[in-house]
Amino acid sequence: MNLDHLLPAAIVLSSLLPGAFIFVLKEESHVLRGVLNMTGAIVKLLLVGVMIWGVFNGHVYETRLTLAPGLDLVLNADALSVLFVTLSTVLWLVTTIYAIGYLERSPNRSRFFGFFSLCVSATIGVALAGNLLTFVIFYEILTLATYPLVAHRGTPEATRGAKIYLAYTMGGGALLLVGAIWLQVLSGPADFVQGGFLSGLQPEVWGQLVAIFFLLLAGLGVKAALFPFHGWLPQSMVAPAPVSALLHAVAVVKAGAFGIVRVVYDVYGVGFADALGLLTPLGIIASITILYGSIMALTQDGLKKRLAYSTVSQVSYIALGASILGPIATIGGVVHLVHQGIMKITLFFCAGNYAETLGVYKVSEMDGVGRRMPWTTLAFSIGALGMIGIPPIAGFVSKWYLGLGAVAADAHWVLLILAASSLLNAAYFLPILYRAWFRPPPETWPKEHHYPGRFETMGALFWPPLITAALCLVAGLFAAAPFSPLEWARLIAQREYGL
Amino acid sequence: MTAQFLYGGAGMILFALGLWSFLVHEPLLRKLIALNIMGGGVFHLLIAIAERGDQPPDPVPHALVLTGIVVAVSATALALAMGRRLEDDGRD
Amino acid sequence: MGVIDWLALAVIVPLIGALAVTALPSRVRGLGLFAACATAVIALRVTLEVWQAALLRSDLGGWGAPLGLALQADGLSAALLAMTALVGLAISISATGYFRNDDQSRHFWPLWLLLWAALNGLLLAADLFNLYVTLELVGLTAAALGALTGTRAAVAANLRYLLVGLLGSISYLLGVALLYTAYGTLDMTLLAEAMQPGPVSGSALVLMVGGLALKAAIFPLHFWLPPAHANAPAPVSAVLSALVVKAAFYLILRLWLDVFAPVVTPVASDLLGILGALAVLWGSWRALRAERLKLLAAYSTVAQIGYLCLFFPLLQATPEGTPRDDLMAALVLMALTHGFAKAGLFLAAGLVQQSAGHDRIADLGGTAQHLPATTFTIALAGTALIGLPPSGSFIGKWFLLSSAVATGQWWWIPVIMAGTLLAAAYVFRVLGRAFNLEPTPRVFVTQARTEVPALLLALTSVAVLGLVASPLWRLLGLEGGP
Repeated sequence: MNLDHLLPAAIVLSSLLPGAFIFVLKEESHVLRGVLNMTGAIVKLLLVGVMIWGVFNGHVYETRLTLAPGLDLVLNADALSVLFVTLSTVLWLVTTIYAIGYLERSPNRSRFFGFFSLCVSATIGVALAGNLLTFVIFYEILTLATYPLVAHRGTPEATRGAKIYLAYTMGGGALLLVGAIWLQVLSGPADFVQGGFLSGLQPEVWGQLVAIFFLLLAGLGVKAALFPFHGWLPQSMVAPAPVSALLHAVAVVKAGAFGIVRVVYDVYGVGFADALGLLTPLGIIASITILYGSIMALTQDGLKKRLAYSTVSQVSYIALGASILGPIATIGGVVHLVHQGIMKITLFFCAGNYAETLGVYKVSEMDGVGRRMPWTTLAFSIGALGMIGIPPIAGFVSKWYLGLGAVAADAHWVLLILAASSLLNAAYFLPILYRAWFRPPPETWPKEHHYPGRFETMGALFWPPLITAALCLVAGLFAAAPFSPLEWARLIAQREYGL
Repeated sequence: MTAQFLYGGAGMILFALGLWSFLVHEPLLRKLIALNIMGGGVFHLLIAIAERGDQPPDPVPHALVLTGIVVAVSATALALAMGRRLEDDGRD
Repeated sequence: MGVIDWLALAVIVPLIGALAVTALPSRVRGLGLFAACATAVIALRVTLEVWQAALLRSDLGGWGAPLGLALQADGLSAALLAMTALVGLAISISATGYFRNDDQSRHFWPLWLLLWAALNGLLLAADLFNLYVTLELVGLTAAALGALTGTRAAVAANLRYLLVGLLGSISYLLGVALLYTAYGTLDMTLLAEAMQPGPVSGSALVLMVGGLALKAAIFPLHFWLPPAHANAPAPVSAVLSALVVKAAFYLILRLWLDVFAPVVTPVASDLLGILGALAVLWGSWRALRAERLKLLAAYSTVAQIGYLCLFFPLLQATPEGTPRDDLMAALVLMALTHGFAKAGLFLAAGLVQQSAGHDRIADLGGTAQHLPATTFTIALAGTALIGLPPSGSFIGKWFLLSSAVATGQWWWIPVIMAGTLLAAAYVFRVLGRAFNLEPTPRVFVTQARTEVPALLLALTSVAVLGLVASPLWRLLGLEGGP
């Protein structure tokens, strides 16, 4: 047992242990709680830095714990997991700062931050999972850890939203569990392998493999908010803003999308999945979700609901990328995992700022917010334009590679989907930007708070969206630089396709 | 041999009668008596088993019956005490 | 076996403890707790010896079979013995805080220690008649403990439990008599070697398992359980649900897999499986509809026993080898997890009830929020009852489902999944109440003596049994252990 064997576990524990302490803290211990949170986040970031460097140089990090004979808990760092781990770690740090500011003076903070840390630990576990069993374990823990966050406010709507969330994700978890077990009975205990581990099975069981794929897809699709399993996502918008931000950008939705990528590439293998005829249905479901989410977003007046439907749509780009055979589309899908994350978290931070500072919850109330809160609105604009796919923001890069990949794979219909979706994105984001910047502000805001200091809002709320918006720009502008998300996605694609 | 069958058969009949009575009758006392009759049936059977013709009888079933009687008495006592408690409560 | 006969001590020490607390009622708490600690240590010591030696046997007083009392411990009894020890210890500590009234304490401790002695005797008994005696002793003390509150509902429910238990025991005893007629021995090992299929063996199987099914509350013979368990004081409910029901189930397992192995047919196993499936669905459904927390927990026990029954048809269809070993270990793992989780849940429910003055789920919100550690206990225990990772029952269900797929008995899968989702629904029906607009609690633990044991029990069911289950394989002497 040397350090290489401990690093993945240490990364999970760096948020789990502070979380466990936070639960038992007294409610008044603000400082200690903040210190624990930030220490965990920073330690995790440092450890992930070490891991990035090691994985880039072909190092193997693996923690293996035998739960029972034949059932191993495996945490394993490959290029794909490192991408997701890094995203989660960076955004957790930013969101922690935001949450400390956002929940100032609100009740039950020990409980909140305890579950918040648990939620991030579960996400990291999902990212590092080295086999389906481990994936399922952390995927279920994620469900359990997010439920209290959604229900946190304790209002009837919050309880109801949490109940719906739970019903969907528990159902999905059950399907995923059955699929994973069925698969393990056929294949024996197997770790994720680049290129998949199923192609050696007898053709007699291929029919079963198809059925298993759809079970897994349904299980993962619930969290990834694939149509028709997306119903919980708009309902869970009752959660506090940092929770929505993390849920949408990193934790829950991404865990589902990441799982789909894992199953396609490292369980079935994209070539074998294509041979079984699984990629086309996946592409169709993803496309339907993309268009459906965008159309639904058009009709929403609640800002967070509009963003929620936008998430439904955007996350399916990842599944779409996985459904097209060829390394370029893979790059597009995988890099969107990161790009969607940083853009969407920016948008949710901004929505939280509007709500917290001005009491603005609806698109129709956003007239002139750009004059009152120019920096926040700037960050919002960067996120929104990136979602539409305007260069040089990160979203453009994803769409560009998805389009190129579709052409390379002769899947020209995908271009149509991309074009239609971009138009719809513009149709639901541009009116907001227009209102925010060009309409005159109202006499009074619904519920305005003035914070001491020189910023337009509280400092802890002010900086996070600007940081993430800057990340969106950097990820787009320096896409070709080493260790950019794009270059890392290229590394993943090279390793998956054995190039 | 005949005596053995007679004993064993009677035991089985007692057990069956007791079971019927236990299931059919509601009052606590009748249920308890029924249980004791069932127990008696089983004891009959055990005593019948112990018979070994000319040899002295097998001591094991006898030991079982003695222990069984002790258990049955304590169980009956506890049930009666609890029944009594219920009746007292009912009268208050 | 060394100079000290640990097997005998495991039965004698709690018995002496029971006598001591009866003789010195003024010292009941201290003496009781001391006896509980000693019993737990001895039981764990037995487990350790079995871990090293695989099988222990002791003939008390050198008498040996057939007239003497023989005690025997193998992996299965050792696993349950250890569970009884840890759960019993936690319940004992919790009880010192729960029974504030001296009168209740004085009644609780003798009965509880007597029950513990009977449970240990049952788990260690090597012959069928000693099993009968310990079974009766367990039934009598359990019913008396259940009626401890003295309320009309509790006495009525536990009187019914007592009568049902007596019926079960007599049926079992008749089966024993039949076996003695046919084979001339009551030693389980000897019987297992001599067992032949035939009308006498078949009748004995039906009588004995039928009688025990009443005591283990296997559907549809579970009707007595919910009122009896729900009306007992919380520490007693924990004992009844976690240990007493498990003891009867242990005996069924023993008979079914060891003694009667040649007699058991696939149809009989399927029948048990079907009853188990119905128990899972019905128990979970009634738990979901229950208005009171303790009633919910009691119905959940009915469902959990159902899961254990689902293993029988799968064990029947799996030939000797690693898959069967895994399945066997999974069965024990689920039983142990349920023991810990249910004990934790009942203790937590008791605290909620004491704090709120009632346990109606609909009105629990504020109380649940004032007791964060207790709510946490309910959540952890709930995780284990649903079978979510990382609990021991998740591992158990993984093997159960694997086996259903591998043996082609896929029809159990929807039952298990439906049970899981229903369990999630009833657990979160309670937990959902903990998130309302009550003021924030200031501290995590308010009453350490009662809250911490419950929390540790629930934590064991989740974090210990789920993450390090492999040693169980070795304890049971199965393939694949470390």
